[in-house]
Amino acid sequence: MMRLEISSLSVDLGIRRVLQGIDLSLEPGRLTALIGPNGAGKTTLLRAMAGLVRPSAGEVALNGIAVARMGASERARSIAYLPQGGGVAWPLPVASVVALGRLPHREEPDRLPAHGREAVAAALLSVGLRGFETRPATALSGGERARMLLARAFATQAPVLLADEPVAALDPRHQLIVLDGLKAHARAGATVVAILHDLNLAARFADRIVLLDQGKHEASGPPEAVLTEARLASSFGIRASVATEEGRLLVVPHSPLPDA
Amino acid sequence: MLLPRSPLIPSLIALLGALSLASLVIGPASVSIPTALKALASDQGAASIVVREIRLPRTLLALMIGWIFGLSGAALQGLLRNPLADAAVFGAPQAAAFGAVLVIYSGLVGTLSWALPFAAIAGALLSIGLVVAVAGRSATIVVLVLAGLAVGSLAGAGTSLAISLSPNPFAVTEIVFWLLGSFEDRSMVHVLLAAPFILVASLLILRAASGLRALSLGEETARSLGTDVARLRGLIVAGAAIGTGASVAVAGSIGFVGLVAPHLVRPLTGYDPARTLVPAGLAGAALLLAADCAVRLIPSGAEVKVGVLTALIGVPFFLWVIARRKAELVEAPA
Repeated sequence: MMRLEISSLSVDLGIRRVLQGIDLSLEPGRLTALIGPNGAGKTTLLRAMAGLVRPSAGEVALNGIAVARMGASERARSIAYLPQGGGVAWPLPVASVVALGRLPHREEPDRLPAHGREAVAAALLSVGLRGFETRPATALSGGERARMLLARAFATQAPVLLADEPVAALDPRHQLIVLDGLKAHARAGATVVAILHDLNLAARFADRIVLLDQGKHEASGPPEAVLTEARLASSFGIRASVATEEGRLLVVPHSPLPDA
Repeated sequence: MLLPRSPLIPSLIALLGALSLASLVIGPASVSIPTALKALASDQGAASIVVREIRLPRTLLALMIGWIFGLSGAALQGLLRNPLADAAVFGAPQAAAFGAVLVIYSGLVGTLSWALPFAAIAGALLSIGLVVAVAGRSATIVVLVLAGLAVGSLAGAGTSLAISLSPNPFAVTEIVFWLLGSFEDRSMVHVLLAAPFILVASLLILRAASGLRALSLGEETARSLGTDVARLRGLIVAGAAIGTGASVAVAGSIGFVGLVAPHLVRPLTGYDPARTLVPAGLAGAALLLAADCAVRLIPSGAEVKVGVLTALIGVPFFLWVIARRKAELVEAPA
């Protein structure tokens, strides 16, 4: 079981400090939603967790080993990363795109060993894309493409999965399909972190919510502890009401608050 | 890993064999196929001189240069995830020519010196490096093409300046014809001058091949899959620059082979950017050799320069690709 520990993490991009002293511990088996207003540093935090950006201070460690000091392929085998709004440059068949998730295991897409082929088939099945294997990736709809890219991340079978806005620009049905997939992946034992903008989806699917604001770790905990009207006002600058209906947390934004 | 398991590569090699044979027999002096083959192996008098000293060098040069253009075009298109990428589109031949012209005008060396390919490579490296740097991580096709246009124009202006300042009209004529790009009157010395560079360039690019697959999902994903994108970029930019520079140094400015060749083979390799490389190189060699045979067959007083022919075919092709992918030109980053 892989535990992702973030300790006193600060990241500078150019001269700007984007993340400031983040401490966070992420457990396996759980889906964590990373929320926060635009520019809060969510993507930078996710990239730092994936080892794609070097911390200026502090570290991200996976089972006690600093991600920044891992070799590229060891890191890639341990942490799958799904960037925001990714596309595919060439009309590759869907199965070949998903098979790229096997590259960290040094398995080339055109000659996968049996267990690699099984991983690809299982990943396609879990996102409901069985039967799409030979379709050109560039001919898919937005929802199908998002599911294919998620399957690509699943196919690595890494113990940690980091997804940057995996449901942005998806219709409600595909949002539910993708989040169900991420949740099931977590339940199967992975540490899953997803950046979400839809607070209702975050409340519904996340085991834990982490709120970032201006590069700082503002709050974290179960949805009802983090999503309070006071915090929505202070961090997101909105007047919103939070209600519970049939045991589900509902966030209804009303109006933006004037700039402080 | 790199080779498609289809009859594509054997077919391309067979095509190259046929074209090479044609290239040995086509020309003002008529030589039959059996005589040409015999002339290669043993002394057949005049036929041997024609075949070995005139037609063999130009055949070898067209093969080598077409190969490296096709290979680097496919690699640059894979690196930038952009079907319009090519050393020629990035102004590399003009920049390489400018580097070479500077060396020639400095009066230090003649056109058959080792300094020439090095100067041309420096020019090509500068232009490809500049365009890749300007284009950055997620440049649109428009940014890429405009950056290439700017670099090519700058290098062209530099060459024009050097020509217009030249005190010697004969040198000017010589340079202008050399700039047009041709395999006419090339000797084995030219072949030997370019061969080591083209070999190095091929090795650099082929080392980068498998990384291109991960890159088709974008740089961030490729890095998260363990691909060293900076190394990949370095290998391909260096390989394309060395290949283009060495080619321009011996044959002048020949463009657009690298743009066209990958498009011809891509549907046959399942659009896999890694498996496209070798077939694109072979297709490039076939294209350029066919073009060089064609210029010898076109009835005209002086031979049409092969660089002119490749541009005449390549530019409309370039426009066709743009027209077909107009939607992407407007929105998507490469």
